[in-house]
Amino acid sequence: MMTAIEFRDVYFRYNEDAPWVLKKFNLKIEENETVAIIGHNGSGKSTIAKLANGLLVPQAGDILVNGRKLTASNVWEIRQNIGMVFQNPENQFVGTTVRDDVAFGLENRGIPRKEMIERIHTSLTQVGMENYQNHEPHNLSGGQKQRVAIASVMATYPEILLLDEATSMLDPRGRKEILSTIHDLKEELEITMVMITHDLHEIILTDRVIVMNQGQIYKDTTVDHLFNDYQGLQSIGLSLPLTVELAIELERQYDYQFTTYPLDNEEFLEALWTSNLKE
Amino acid sequence: MKSFMIIGQYVPGNSLIHRLDPRTKLIVIFTFVIIVFFANNSWSYGWLTLFALILVLLTRLRIGYILKGITPVWFLIFFTFILHLIITKEGSVLIEIAGFTIHEGGVLQGLTISLRFFLLVLVTSLLTLTTSPMEITDAIEALLGPLKKIKVPVHELALMMSISLRFIPTLLDETEKISKAQASRGVDLRTGSIKDRIYAIVPLLVPLFISAFKRAEELAMAMEARGYRGSEGRTKLRKLQFKSLDFMAMIIYVSIIIIFFSLRN
Repeated sequence: MMTAIEFRDVYFRYNEDAPWVLKKFNLKIEENETVAIIGHNGSGKSTIAKLANGLLVPQAGDILVNGRKLTASNVWEIRQNIGMVFQNPENQFVGTTVRDDVAFGLENRGIPRKEMIERIHTSLTQVGMENYQNHEPHNLSGGQKQRVAIASVMATYPEILLLDEATSMLDPRGRKEILSTIHDLKEELEITMVMITHDLHEIILTDRVIVMNQGQIYKDTTVDHLFNDYQGLQSIGLSLPLTVELAIELERQYDYQFTTYPLDNEEFLEALWTSNLKE
Repeated sequence: MKSFMIIGQYVPGNSLIHRLDPRTKLIVIFTFVIIVFFANNSWSYGWLTLFALILVLLTRLRIGYILKGITPVWFLIFFTFILHLIITKEGSVLIEIAGFTIHEGGVLQGLTISLRFFLLVLVTSLLTLTTSPMEITDAIEALLGPLKKIKVPVHELALMMSISLRFIPTLLDETEKISKAQASRGVDLRTGSIKDRIYAIVPLLVPLFISAFKRAEELAMAMEARGYRGSEGRTKLRKLQFKSLDFMAMIIYVSIIIIFFSLRN
């Protein structure tokens, strides 16, 4: 298996007087892995995405993408394989219509017009926005805009998809839309996915969870084991999902035993009705 | 109301004029603006007026709507007419009121100048009425294309124009939000003297500018992440294509111009 993204002893700060955002930071993300990077604001999680994409340059250390070291001369080439979706749906919509926006990344890559039209159609279908080709951004909801942003990125056939808090500015409905879109993409394609988030609900989709705290990896684990140390998560400023909190209270007060903490209502229900079967 | 402001006056439609390539329309209107100044007798003026009126009919827009679109200019047209009426002292005196004389030449001059003015405004407004801002941007980019050779950043200018068009509704929304937020903090935008109201705009503009700059920064980053590095090696999705309709329109237009020049003195 190849390593998609690797950080080797990376140091980064925004300016000389500022404290280090990342300090001697090491991270390896394998090909086709789906990884969530979580942490409170200022834990350095967003910086990781921008460094991996060459939008920021580290003060020291190496960043390798698909085994190649990121340098000023190959950054544009490497960036072609990385798709990035940002936080604010409004501020990453470049085109005057949905169609133009998806085309933007393709135009930059010099894709012939005929192929562009095909790709626009396929990628908009992937995110369920194929009937909105001529819509203008101000007529779309936040969730729809964000789906277009994902389509724009997917049309360029990236090997790595970085989602930098892509759902944090959306209402619950928009968030649901995006999560199901991401879920579908994961089923359909082989792609390395890095989800940066502070919402613990979003990690259900991932294979691996990295918890960031003060520019360091606090914990590198999986969804099932993440909440075993819930006190630790709470102490670094992360709030637990309601179902997890409820499960913890049930354990504490009524002697329930959960093998893994449930992350949504269905899982919770499942855990509850099977809990008596074991005995 | 908002959508009205966004697209300027553009009225979507499917008339002959709507279907013309925006470059054709731009060329015709640009040359028409120059040609209007060559008219020098009633025949040539009549011919141009007829042409303009036929264009108006071809757009299939309501005449009332078109005239409403040029309301702000009516005053200017009237003003130029009055000015020429009073200032030009040629020909025989028609009326004399309180020391002011109105000459025959003045009436003639006033009429022709305001007719010129009217034709200019009417025809250019037909362009914006039947062509979306994006089409106009594309046409400008295509027509200015040759200037790239002398290092005029045509592509960048066109991109700037299209991004501004795209962000107009966003910033309008934002203005509305900010003005509500400021109103809730006691800023009064609706009453008071003009001076007071101008001062009241400051707390509206400052946050608007700050957020616009923030947006610009984020947008630049998103564009970079999507591989934007200038016009080099770029292909285009939007494509303008001259159709047989455009060639026909051009031939007709050229013959109209030839007839026009044979009509002048």
